[in-house]
Amino acid sequence: MTNGIEFTLNGTAVVFEGSATARLLDVLRDTYGLTGVKCGCKEGECGACSILLDGRLVNSCMVAMGRVAGCDVVTIEGYAKTERFKTLDAAYAAVSAAQCGFCIPGMVLASECILAKNPNPTEEEIRDGISGNLCRCTGYNAIVKAIQIAAKEGAGLW
Amino acid sequence: MREISQSVVKKDHGPKVDGSALYVGDYPTQGMLFGKLVRSPHARAQVLGYTLPNLPEGYFAVSAKDVPGVNQVHIVKDDSPVFADTTVEYIGDPVLMVVGPEEREVNRLAAETVVEYAPMTPELDILKADTVFFDYRFGSGEVEQAFEQADRVYEEAFETGYQEQAYLETQGLIAEFVDGKITVRGSMQCPYYIHGALAKALNLPPDRVRVVQDVTGGGFGGKEDYPSILACQVAVAAVKAGGKPVRVVYGRREDMEFTSKRHPSLCTYKVAVKDGRVTAMDIDVLFNAGAFTTLSAVVLQRGIIAAPGAYRVENLRVRGRAVKTNTVPTGAFRGFGAPQTFFAVEMMMDHIARDRGEDPLAFKMRHLVRQGDATSTQGRYHFPVPLPEMVAEVEAMSGYSAKHNAYEQPQTGRFRKGMGVSLWFHGAGFTGSGERDLIKATVRLHKEPNGRVEILASQTDMGQGIKTTLCKIVANELNLPLDQVAYENPDTDRVPDSGPTVASRSLMTVGELLRRAAITLRGQWLPGVDQVVEEHFKEPDFVIPFYLETFQGDAYPTYAWAVCAVEAQVDTLTGVNEVLGAWASFDVGTPMDHNIVVGQMEGGLLQGLGYASMEQMAADNRGRIRNNSFTDYIIPTSMDVPVMQVNLHVQEYPLGPYGAKGAGELPLVGAASAYMAAMEQAIGENIRHIPFTAEDALDALSARQKEAQAHDERN
Repeated sequence: MTNGIEFTLNGTAVVFEGSATARLLDVLRDTYGLTGVKCGCKEGECGACSILLDGRLVNSCMVAMGRVAGCDVVTIEGYAKTERFKTLDAAYAAVSAAQCGFCIPGMVLASECILAKNPNPTEEEIRDGISGNLCRCTGYNAIVKAIQIAAKEGAGLW
Repeated sequence: MREISQSVVKKDHGPKVDGSALYVGDYPTQGMLFGKLVRSPHARAQVLGYTLPNLPEGYFAVSAKDVPGVNQVHIVKDDSPVFADTTVEYIGDPVLMVVGPEEREVNRLAAETVVEYAPMTPELDILKADTVFFDYRFGSGEVEQAFEQADRVYEEAFETGYQEQAYLETQGLIAEFVDGKITVRGSMQCPYYIHGALAKALNLPPDRVRVVQDVTGGGFGGKEDYPSILACQVAVAAVKAGGKPVRVVYGRREDMEFTSKRHPSLCTYKVAVKDGRVTAMDIDVLFNAGAFTTLSAVVLQRGIIAAPGAYRVENLRVRGRAVKTNTVPTGAFRGFGAPQTFFAVEMMMDHIARDRGEDPLAFKMRHLVRQGDATSTQGRYHFPVPLPEMVAEVEAMSGYSAKHNAYEQPQTGRFRKGMGVSLWFHGAGFTGSGERDLIKATVRLHKEPNGRVEILASQTDMGQGIKTTLCKIVANELNLPLDQVAYENPDTDRVPDSGPTVASRSLMTVGELLRRAAITLRGQWLPGVDQVVEEHFKEPDFVIPFYLETFQGDAYPTYAWAVCAVEAQVDTLTGVNEVLGAWASFDVGTPMDHNIVVGQMEGGLLQGLGYASMEQMAADNRGRIRNNSFTDYIIPTSMDVPVMQVNLHVQEYPLGPYGAKGAGELPLVGAASAYMAAMEQAIGENIRHIPFTAEDALDALSARQKEAQAHDERN
């Protein structure tokens, strides 16, 4: 037994030795330097700090470190190394879905969750799946379109 | 479609998608100090003094007395203090900043700082405000005579609320003072605005001031003037920090409550109608400027110039005032004063048409301005006005007329629908003579011996894609692949002042300067040689000079145009209103990149629909902003407008690069009135204010029910 919170971070086993009440968002950014996890509100409303916790999309600002013990945490930095990311990256590029970019790491992970759940989602399912991630720039159409393109181009990946 | 309009992968795409782009809050904080502002809890008070808690070693505070230069932030009129000195003028007015190495400790010390105040009675009501910051009047024709001769005179007042920019990245800057030179970096729209403000507040020569933009997570006007204020505060702290960098990154609540937002307004329209035509408008525009002037002068100018809308009004009288209240200063937000007046004039035209029993769109079409007509300031619409074609495009996309006519029939049942349409313009570029007299933009192109070309300009990319579009222009003129043209985030040590990134001017004005610079470079190109070419702004010859003293002349060289139809539905039981679809045609001239421009149009349109329908922010009776979080200030999600279709109509502007005009602000400006016209049709009541929420819908529906009952009883 180590004296800390053990979890998997972007595929690597880590031990966090700080407080169990520390905020996952702060720990990811400050302790592990994963600044692709953005802070837009710190109260669970905007989705900029979205990460994958055991494959589910969560706002990392709303998660205490104690909850993370034994879990698998994936941030955009880890996800960016996957084949699925390449497909989403190309799809986002094809429709210029990234404007200011601040919501985008969270949006990409939300996209992953939509496609992991259903490789051929309807537009309504896509809109529902990103509805917890605020974007002030795009009006969402381009992001919806990017996910549709990824679904088509990434056949078999999800 | 012109070849240049074909979309490319945006220059800043990669790092924004894989999370490696560094925003100001993402830099390592080792060795950095953090600052926290101590703000006034009173809307108006004298400051009697303050007591700091015991500060541990390495912690300190700065206030007005620490400002090395003048305790004023240079914006337009320099009345905003860097730190409040003898009085505070709004809730949130910063009195001092606590600085130190541990952020949590800094926050604790700031909270424990005691400032002693003698509260005074604040002014919170724009109708009672006795300090008028700006009061403009202009007009033309024989207004009195037109009203005397009118068949009918209509008078209505329209109110609009605050709107918060709600960029996803909050305000944040880092300042460092080393060897007598201040460097400020972070999230911003206008590096040279900040540069000027720092030189004054710190009493430094320009070459001792450096401002660097970092990747910026949205602006929408919110990072036009506000970063100048924050920069001065952080810089004053940095001067005392012994060479360590000082960082301030706002939390969401601090950002929403205490930074600039759209001016609330009250616009009163008196309109004369003779023989079925509008013959005169007498318009009174009142903007709530908040406690300091910041950008209110220019916001008001744009607002009142747009006040008669896209209509020919031969006899016109306009008065506009921006008044002081003891509330957070209001400032720039996409549209810059025009969304308020366009909401009012479009609703006014709808109401007159309906009263006359005429179709609103047909009534508006009969009054449209045309090429060669005078503008509200006796300038000219020098170029074709494509609104009739654009109306036809929107009709084809939306089925407007059929739906509008169907919903005009008496509706029963729980869900009622409506279809509204609005028409508007946006003056492209700075209002008036600012470009010629104040900005005097300069750009450079630097060709390296290896043939790579770097754009040197001060435009900031905050998501709108200006890095990509400017590079496309230069690459096109030089026949270079896009990756051979670079554009870094501006650094005032390296780039000339090509003006701020505001007013939908960057692509049209700076883009054209760069195109001309590229043509010059092409002519002088020497392989293997390091070369620099420079280009300066020159006002186009056709422009009728604008004079602010009289409000006469071309306020803008050209205009971007828009037509938007919105279909909406209201639930008569709950009041919940929703957008079923929005269809719009926008003319911003030649799109410099199809995807980028469509993205701008869709994003702006959704902000405009949010402004009308859900984005509610209000101050309470003490002057405190009540809606300071995304829980209380709701912005649209992906679910709110399921159908949004945008068409790009192209009416080229011969003096813009390849025919491009201003784009960024246009889509927001008139969207609100299309939505509200739809809501009026669904509810069957005239509406004169935004935002219009479910509660408002219920009030309107119950008023309608009471009227119907009273009518029944009378009969």
